[in-house]
Amino acid sequence: MEEKSATVFVVAEQGEDGIQPVSLQLVGKARQLADKLGSKVGAVLLGQNLTKVAQKLVEVGVDFVFQGDSELLVPYQAELYSEIIVKLMVEHCPDILLIGSTFMGRELAPLVAARLKTGLTAHCIDLVINNEGILEQKIPAYGGMITIVCPKKRPQMATVANGVFPNPVLDSARSGEIIPIDVPKEFPLRVQTLEIVKEKSEGISLESASVIVAGGAGAGDHDGWHQIAELADVLNAGFGSTRPAVDAGWTELETMIGQSGKMVNPEVYIGVGLSGELQHMVGIVGAKIMIAINNDAKAPVFEQVDYGVVEDCRVFVPALVKTLKNNEAYAGKATNVI
Amino acid sequence: MLKIVVCVKAVPDQSIADKLKIDPVTKSLPRLDIPLVINSLDSHALEAALQLKEKYGAHITILCMGPPPAGNIVRECLALGADKGILLTDPAFAGADAFATAYTLAKAVEKIGPVDVIFCGMASSDGATEWVGPEMAAFLSIPVVTMVREIVKDQGDEWIVNADYEHGYRRVKLKLPAVITVTRDLNQPKSLSFSGILNARSKEIVEWNREKLDIPAERVGLKGSPTYVTEMAHLESRREVEILEGSLEEKVERLVQILSDAGVV
Repeated sequence: MEEKSATVFVVAEQGEDGIQPVSLQLVGKARQLADKLGSKVGAVLLGQNLTKVAQKLVEVGVDFVFQGDSELLVPYQAELYSEIIVKLMVEHCPDILLIGSTFMGRELAPLVAARLKTGLTAHCIDLVINNEGILEQKIPAYGGMITIVCPKKRPQMATVANGVFPNPVLDSARSGEIIPIDVPKEFPLRVQTLEIVKEKSEGISLESASVIVAGGAGAGDHDGWHQIAELADVLNAGFGSTRPAVDAGWTELETMIGQSGKMVNPEVYIGVGLSGELQHMVGIVGAKIMIAINNDAKAPVFEQVDYGVVEDCRVFVPALVKTLKNNEAYAGKATNVI
Repeated sequence: MLKIVVCVKAVPDQSIADKLKIDPVTKSLPRLDIPLVINSLDSHALEAALQLKEKYGAHITILCMGPPPAGNIVRECLALGADKGILLTDPAFAGADAFATAYTLAKAVEKIGPVDVIFCGMASSDGATEWVGPEMAAFLSIPVVTMVREIVKDQGDEWIVNADYEHGYRRVKLKLPAVITVTRDLNQPKSLSFSGILNARSKEIVEWNREKLDIPAERVGLKGSPTYVTEMAHLESRREVEILEGSLEEKVERLVQILSDAGVV
């Protein structure tokens, strides 16, 4: 009898309409890693009414879906989820466990890692199996790329943001097995999610915007920031930011693009008053045209874009906005959504 | 009275650290003395504790792991209104990843004694990991809520908080003792006052090393860290850049043309 086990696991997260895209992307990557290791892909799927979701996981590359289907698992409960995942990991001792950098994943991953006494790398932008069969986990830092390993403890755990890896191809002919797992009925919750409250989003969603204007510390102050916001507005673009801009209090954390923020995939990206820190730049995946406006000709951002404007954004942006506004032909031509 | 621990990290001043670049030849970071500052999210954690102290009375202990100069950050927290400072400092702690750091902090919390709430910033600005708060909670076997933006109910031993979540937030009930990691939205940290600085002079900062915490050497620092860095690579640019030439007006015209060609305008 073939053992129902896998060496590369993914925590698959049920989202509002089925499954979180990052979970599917991670399965795609897990498939590659498992093929390299000559092993199987497992997924932990916790939630309710999961039949369709589980099937989809199989179609993108999972061999074994370990499925906990219960009303107790909706909404997400940290203690119950981590209890189930830890138990499953202890049982299967996989080499690798990948978790999406969603709000759930970012809380769950450290709870699981600490209990399994293993390492956890945050927000990786690449994962590679090296010659010794060890998972090299890549994160951007200091204008370069840092490789982190966890050679002695298992599983090797990493979180990855939505959009880092491509969406995998569905293959409806693929087969896999869906294995129900027990959900403890009387689990005492010391911390309990009472409800998930949705808030109306303002502006254009960064993840779906075809044009993105991102502002950085070079805005200087709130006035400078509003000028950049106006540019985004005129271009009908999504308006993103860098960590220094968030730290300065000009914008919300939700607008931050980069390794620990959002991954975006616009056609056109315009970086304004930002230096081009890799933690930000890795958040822009596959933009066709990249433009930077910065007063420092030596800023690293000019090595990472197609067009550079060496000007103080506080002078240049208002001039650009004025020209765009004066020309009727330019108004609102951009489509918001790819 | 509420017993609160606030975990703070002394981090390199980002405005200077951001200028550090991996050397393409040596593949390492240039050695520079970068001044330490409080991790900015941790000042929101401290402010949360200070607001509770103001409302109900509380005893606030600052817990900081770092090299001796990090003591200045602890002193700053005392000047802002915390009551006691503990600096976990030992050369053996060097090279700790989030796991070893969380373990060391958890051991220190155990040594402090019964605690009601532990506040941490939701992430550190230098490492950008978010694991220390929740891992510490796991080591202490107490609950945690991460990325808290609002404390809705803060009386009794069952609190209600709102925490960031996809497209909104989640409302969470939690039993104390617990770890709460906070976002910037939770509050607006106050600045230092002269009287605060004077008051802090009489407050106590104790230093605990590995032996004092009674942790085996293989559980701290680099030895106690499951993860470590193996390589730093310098990245080469992938794009050919055209720097726009001419006067401001000419640059504006050229950029509008580029945007027009791209179908943006």
